[in-house]
Amino acid sequence: MEKEVKYIIEVEDMTVAYNVKPVLWDIDLKIPKGVLMAIIGPNGAGKSTLIKAMLDLIKPVSGNVSFNGKSYKEERKHIGYVPQSESVDWDFPASVLDVVLMGRYGKLGWFKRPKEEDRKKSLEALEKVDMGEFVDRQISELSGGQQQRVFLARALVQEADIYFMDEPFKGVDAKTEVAIMNILKDLKNQGKTVIVVHHDLQTVEHYFDWVTLLNTQLIVSGPVKEVYTEENLNKAYRSKGKILRR
Amino acid sequence: MDIFTLIFTDYTLRIVSIGSMLLGIIAGILGSFAVVRKESLLGDAISHAALPGIAVVYLITQTKNTEVLLFGALLSGVLATFLILSIEKYSRIKFDSSLALVLSVFFGAGMVLLTYIQKMPDANQAGLESFIYGQASTLLKRDINLMLIVGGILVFLIVLFWKEFKLISFDSQYAEILGFSSKKITILLSTMIVISIVIGLQSVGVILMSAMLTAPAVAARQWTNKLSKMVVLSGFFGGISGIIGTLISSMVSNLPTGPTIVLTISIIVILSLAFAPNRGLVWKRIKEKESRRNIDKNQLLFNIYELALNHENIYHSHSIDTIKPDTNRDRESTNILIGRLSGLEDDGLIKRDYFDHWHITEDGISYVENNLLKEGY
Repeated sequence: MEKEVKYIIEVEDMTVAYNVKPVLWDIDLKIPKGVLMAIIGPNGAGKSTLIKAMLDLIKPVSGNVSFNGKSYKEERKHIGYVPQSESVDWDFPASVLDVVLMGRYGKLGWFKRPKEEDRKKSLEALEKVDMGEFVDRQISELSGGQQQRVFLARALVQEADIYFMDEPFKGVDAKTEVAIMNILKDLKNQGKTVIVVHHDLQTVEHYFDWVTLLNTQLIVSGPVKEVYTEENLNKAYRSKGKILRR
Repeated sequence: MDIFTLIFTDYTLRIVSIGSMLLGIIAGILGSFAVVRKESLLGDAISHAALPGIAVVYLITQTKNTEVLLFGALLSGVLATFLILSIEKYSRIKFDSSLALVLSVFFGAGMVLLTYIQKMPDANQAGLESFIYGQASTLLKRDINLMLIVGGILVFLIVLFWKEFKLISFDSQYAEILGFSSKKITILLSTMIVISIVIGLQSVGVILMSAMLTAPAVAARQWTNKLSKMVVLSGFFGGISGIIGTLISSMVSNLPTGPTIVLTISIIVILSLAFAPNRGLVWKRIKEKESRRNIDKNQLLFNIYELALNHENIYHSHSIDTIKPDTNRDRESTNILIGRLSGLEDDGLIKRDYFDHWHITEDGISYVENNLLKEGY
């Protein structure tokens, strides 16, 4: 027998509804520490809703989430988040560095201003996502892929243990996708847990080691090698055809 | 007597200009946040909604004391904000409809109450209607003191909560993730915006007050990409239009102060929209023309460079038709072309041999090879 797996995130009986129709129904999900996990499912399956509910951004009808056995509020300082880049107005008067510095605000707490150390960490993070030459660039002048990388840098300076990312590959070119993926693998190698809402079924096996298939209900969650099968995908996408091109 | 002597000698004019300046500064500073949060129209609704509050408080207290009336304005402004946001949140009515609904209902109620008050058998009722269009000349020394105190508190709070305000204005969900209560910060900021509106009602009036909130910020945004600079500049624009507007209206008889202030800030907005570097329309147009010309010149130089490579003598010169073959060429486009070529010659990149024949220079070759080819032409 394998030894007991340590779960860092446990979701119990999570149900979320907008208006009448449930978007998520009775989700029980356990995520082990140190995995790079994709959340996969068709449009409207509740992928973003699931991570938002886990992060307490949406109030679920029922259910609870624990991180390391503690509540979200207690563990908040150890959780990083990359929202979809369309979620903000990029014409806001701020530079790339301003936005990345925001990732440090949580550590700073109320009233305190960012210090030299925070600037240094932000610059390092920008260097890491290959945006070092755009530090002073006004954010309205960034391309979609660059916006995504700025948000990633902002999450990196949170120095979290668990990262949630909402479609970080949306609208980025192949080169940026590889660059982002390398950073995610880096995070995993540092023992961090990374949870990614993902769309591209073809890259799942290549990028991730853990996967959750979702369509309002949890279809299956586990190691990619075991659960990422044609049968489970058909269940998630309610399709009879061949979904994976292998 | 000229206007500048007047401002130092005429007590009333001095009070009114200082008051208008303060209201401009306060509205400009807080308005920056309303604008970047896309809540300019909310400001309009709030200022209109202040009217019934003023009337109700007068009916209850029978006093025309500014602080008391403005407190009523504040209450109904906050109530309106709360209603607008709740309607949007709990019904299927969208933000713009909810806004229009609350604005017109509150303003209508205010007008009804004002008419009722005017018909009351009491000599003391006159003057409340000046809140509709504002009457700067009614400003008193104590109103200035009130503005100074309230303005000072507002600026202090902005400095104190700078990081938090910036964060929720850009990305309120992320603020929540980082452990800041976006709800609390939003309530604080919105209340501060309502206060800045209420402060200006006496001089500018409920109808035009939203211009004082929005216009300076819109103008300031044109000149800078930094929130801190935008806030300072917006306060400056608001303050300066307060003074200029007051002075203009005092020089011309029958020119109301509030609307003149609003027209002054509008002119600043128009100038900023047109001429601000980077974001201004004129600037953009000039930049665009310049970059088109540069691209065209680079293209020409590149053609001459390729021609040179195809000849044993790289300094062999070519006619215009060889450099840029174009069967549709007319006199105008030929002149433009010659202009561009002369420009390249002035840069020392090509040389004119004899009439209308051109060849590349050493500098031209190195420019193409070191710059254009590397930029991916």
